[in-house]
Amino acid sequence: MKLIGAQILMEILKEEGVDSIFGFPGGATIDIHDHLERTDIRHYLVRHEQAAVHAADGYARVTGKVGVCLVTSGPGATNAVTGIATAYMDSIPLVIISGQVPTHLIGNDAFQEVDIVGITRPCTKHNYLVTSVAELARILKEAFHIARSGRPGPVLVDIPKDVQQATAHFKPNQKVKLKSYNPTYKPNAKQLRKVVDLIKAAKRPLIFAGGGVILSKSADELTKLARSAQIPVTMSLMGLGAFPGSDPLSLGMIGMHGTYRANMSTGECDLFIGIGVRFDDRVTGKTDCFAAQAEIVHIDIDPTSIHKNVPVSIPVVGDCKSSLEIINQYLAEEDLGNLTANRKPWLEKIRQWKQDYKLAYVQKEAIKPQYVVEKLYELTRGDAIITTEVGQNQMWAAQFYHFDRPGYFVTSGGLGTMGFGLPAAIGAQVAFPDALVVDVAGDGSIQMNIQEMATAVQYKLPVKVVILNNCYLGMVRQWQELFYDKRYACTCMDHAPDFVKLAEAFGASGLRATRPDEVKSVLRRGLETPGPVIMDFRVAKEECVYPMVPAGAPITEMLLV
Amino acid sequence: MTEEKHILTMLVDNEPGVLSRIVGLFSGRGFNIESLCVAETIDPKVSRITIVTQANAPLVEQIEKQLRKLINVIKLRDLTGSGSVQREMALVCVRAKPENRDEILRIVDIFRCKIVDVGPEYYIIEATGTEDKMKALINLLKPIGIKKIARTGTIALFREPH
Repeated sequence: MKLIGAQILMEILKEEGVDSIFGFPGGATIDIHDHLERTDIRHYLVRHEQAAVHAADGYARVTGKVGVCLVTSGPGATNAVTGIATAYMDSIPLVIISGQVPTHLIGNDAFQEVDIVGITRPCTKHNYLVTSVAELARILKEAFHIARSGRPGPVLVDIPKDVQQATAHFKPNQKVKLKSYNPTYKPNAKQLRKVVDLIKAAKRPLIFAGGGVILSKSADELTKLARSAQIPVTMSLMGLGAFPGSDPLSLGMIGMHGTYRANMSTGECDLFIGIGVRFDDRVTGKTDCFAAQAEIVHIDIDPTSIHKNVPVSIPVVGDCKSSLEIINQYLAEEDLGNLTANRKPWLEKIRQWKQDYKLAYVQKEAIKPQYVVEKLYELTRGDAIITTEVGQNQMWAAQFYHFDRPGYFVTSGGLGTMGFGLPAAIGAQVAFPDALVVDVAGDGSIQMNIQEMATAVQYKLPVKVVILNNCYLGMVRQWQELFYDKRYACTCMDHAPDFVKLAEAFGASGLRATRPDEVKSVLRRGLETPGPVIMDFRVAKEECVYPMVPAGAPITEMLLV
Repeated sequence: MTEEKHILTMLVDNEPGVLSRIVGLFSGRGFNIESLCVAETIDPKVSRITIVTQANAPLVEQIEKQLRKLINVIKLRDLTGSGSVQREMALVCVRAKPENRDEILRIVDIFRCKIVDVGPEYYIIEATGTEDKMKALINLLKPIGIKKIARTGTIALFREPH
């Protein structure tokens, strides 16, 4: 059938099962938006293109599907770059459609022209400039395939306006043929045999699970392995939820703000199994000392992750799910003997660490931010989807909210993008309209995309924003306190707007707590109020996130409360 | 760890932007390029890129993996060592005063070069060979006076099994 470019795009979106798009129109997307209006696909009009990408990203993280956003040429596309880089660092499957000036104007410095394919080359998994409508269908199919397969990531497709309007023959359901792209899903069985032997022999094993476990939907297989072989599990920020946080084998998060027991276990374990991780510097601290007593196993679908930051004894390139299934199968055939008895001293040591060095804070006159997150956890019984901004708020959410299931913690891990949480919450709420979605925010980062309250109100998306308001860019202030002699250069934010009035101005509800005894009632009322709500918690101004490993130090050398 | 020279050859999609992806990968990740050579193969849809880089073993592993990860890189091989044939070409414009001409001609003969352009004061010499041969040639011509030089960088092909 003969279709124009914009219609071909609609057909592919339908084929790919897209139900929601986040976007912002412009001169170079009018044709696409025009046809989008005539389909059943819902378009959510954001207030800034960065938020369109974060919303699609939030949608993708909670559903596991490919998130889609649509932005115009020039500034529309450049505004999207931060969102794209965020998704790239965290391996989130996105397809970003950008409008482009007509092909005959490309290179002429036309109005709203920018080389977005050039700009996003290092922060997309792949990208395309469509120069002919005849190629559009193939490219879009490839884009979705590349975004969701292997190690997922964002793919940008730049479509000039004349390509959107030109006619081509469209053949539905074409197969993707990419000769040079073939991710390794199937792990090497021999390598996994070695892993099983190490598990059997280990006295002090430790599993380190990351975002790859969540992306490959292998939380169940991981849980099975940990429980059957009695191996404690620590998680990266991106891995929270991959293993039940309330399980006695869970050690919580590892790294710069990881728990004492997670970091100490890493230092003392004799077998360290990294699954779906990339050994970020915020995880490893000083790499020479990282898991120095251990044989390190690294399972990941992306070969470039392996041996990049940390030398590995047993590399396994493959899908986390298949790898874990095979390990579980091998273990089931083995006589594990008296495993529980063998592991007992190790697990007992970890239990002791947990008891002696809990995540702690001292509640005085001012509200402690950790207390707010703790109460949020209690009141929601861990059932909320939590998104975060970036900084202290993010670390406290990671430490004091316990995630038992994957897909309930949505945070910008790799890039650390302030302003991520609110639009990501909007995306998550679009995916699950009946879920309770809470953005744990700071007063600094919420102001980076606060305009999205209008989007939430317009589409009746009842996201709840919990602002831990300390009038500071708290994480930088914390570094200044600890490492820069308390010289608080440019981190004081004492001219924030009145967030309660601001919420009301947007047509949302606003609540405030200034004393510890108000925290629970404000949270309860805020969570029960229909529609979007901002809760402004005036918290202790100079609270720090502990434990803390100074940058570049071994992770076993922690500053404690 | 010691750094070594590696000759990486790859087949890539012959499309706009592909070279930029590869070069961008090197600059963005702080890898080093000593020379780079690109041209179409027999199949007009495929180009061959040859890159010479200097790196230690783990870094070369990382460079190769990162290159293979690019969607447009079809095949990559490390051609370092004797399993491959390696050549480079150079055009050298050398000062040719009457008293030097015999010596230049002798060098051209020894190195099996060709003189491709002659002027009153200069010769342009075309030379082909391994990188070492190029270096030796340049060292001999330098005292005579090299006005300009253009080098292609190394290209290489894996030797077919006999």
